[in-house]
Amino acid sequence: MHSTSYIIRFTLIMTLIVAAVLSIMVSGLKDTHTLNESVYNKKGILSAVANQLGKDVNSLTSEEVQTIFEKQIIQKALNNKGEELTPEQIKSITGASSVVDIDLGKENKKPADQRVFPLFVYKSADNKTYNILYTRGKGLWDEIWGYITLDSDLNTIAGQAFDHKGETPGLGAEIKDNKAWYTQFTGKKLYNQAGEYKSVAVVKGGVKDKDHQVDAISGATITGDGVDDMLNKGLAYYEPYLKKNKK
Amino acid sequence: MAEVLTKKEAGAFSFGKEEKKLLTDPLNDNNPITVQVLGVCSALAVTTLVSKAIVMGIAVIFVTALANLFTSLLRNYIPKSIRMIVQLVIIAFLVTVVELALKAVNYPIWKDLSVFIGLIITNCIVMGRLEAFAMANKPWKSFLDGIGNGVGYAIILVMVAVVRELFGKGSLLDFKIIGSTPEYLLNTTSTAWLSWYSPNNLLVLSPAAMFIVAIIIWIQRSRNAKLVDIS
Repeated sequence: MHSTSYIIRFTLIMTLIVAAVLSIMVSGLKDTHTLNESVYNKKGILSAVANQLGKDVNSLTSEEVQTIFEKQIIQKALNNKGEELTPEQIKSITGASSVVDIDLGKENKKPADQRVFPLFVYKSADNKTYNILYTRGKGLWDEIWGYITLDSDLNTIAGQAFDHKGETPGLGAEIKDNKAWYTQFTGKKLYNQAGEYKSVAVVKGGVKDKDHQVDAISGATITGDGVDDMLNKGLAYYEPYLKKNKK
Repeated sequence: MAEVLTKKEAGAFSFGKEEKKLLTDPLNDNNPITVQVLGVCSALAVTTLVSKAIVMGIAVIFVTALANLFTSLLRNYIPKSIRMIVQLVIIAFLVTVVELALKAVNYPIWKDLSVFIGLIITNCIVMGRLEAFAMANKPWKSFLDGIGNGVGYAIILVMVAVVRELFGKGSLLDFKIIGSTPEYLLNTTSTAWLSWYSPNNLLVLSPAAMFIVAIIIWIQRSRNAKLVDIS
């Protein structure tokens, strides 16, 4: 049998060694972790313009991602009147040091007139401008989010990328994995011919309105409803900006 | 920790019949998943893609091998009354190391595996081997036992993942093999004799892993005489 003081000494030394090694590792790898995370998030945004890039986003190196972001993407943050915010305003309202870092989940909880929305403007090689809108909502288990790319008419969807925190593989997770499903959005329109905001709905039992509906995934009703709701509400926030910039 | 090794132990890095048995036993006769039925939870969760299963397997091999080694080195110094806590600290430490390293090396995979790397801490295989083997055996043997059990776990994981990814998604290691669009190697819409085929979505869902693990156990038991219960 060991004495109580031996047990205490053993525990203390063990805890100290473990704590020391782990804290050295955490601080040593911190920069790599932040870089990896930002490249991962930026790749998520670029997936929405994958067609325009003409490359598989997953095959891009982190340097390539950074170059595309520096040279071809303009990052903006808008308030609910569609006005652009300066970096100082962004910092003071959201606490984020850059547009990519804005936590939209947090913004969505604020009163509507205080929210800030990120907007990414992508200039393709053939000098076309695409606006990437960002929206976030709730799926079945946790958050889901999507980047919707609008063509230069600010109405037709030219690309999209969805992601999720913990939807069921094979069911809800199909919003990210099933290419045949999410490419349905390409070519859909946000506004009807009268110019009213319609968004794109996720419907069961076959698409009736070709411009504003996509077919749901069977077995993933709640995730589908989540996408529907997230698009309807989230894209509406960009309306003031879209109206202003429409020719 | 060299001073912890006694003279007898230091000269014991031999690799004979006994050591070989430690490595190969968990692969078949004493497989942690199919025979001991430990660590099934993560086997069901991370086997949708082969790449995930491989990374998870490597992580578990690393943790079981080193946790066994450290516990065995310290076995005469660990106070009996807190041995479980000490084992848990060793496991948790190694798992955190794996998690930090994976996050730095391959962020997307880390994101995919998310909570399951952390859950290696509660994986019964690791704790089970520490209690049953490392507390009573010398470091070198414990290390081999850890590797053996980790590999035994990884093999089953990869086997289940191959079936699930191939028949559920039509791909292997993200290489597209069979599906209904031109990007697949075998395009079922343009090949007439394959037009009946479509990937089975049930295999992507968790229950499929249960069936496949059960079928593997069944096949193994019917072929391995040692595993037949005599009652």
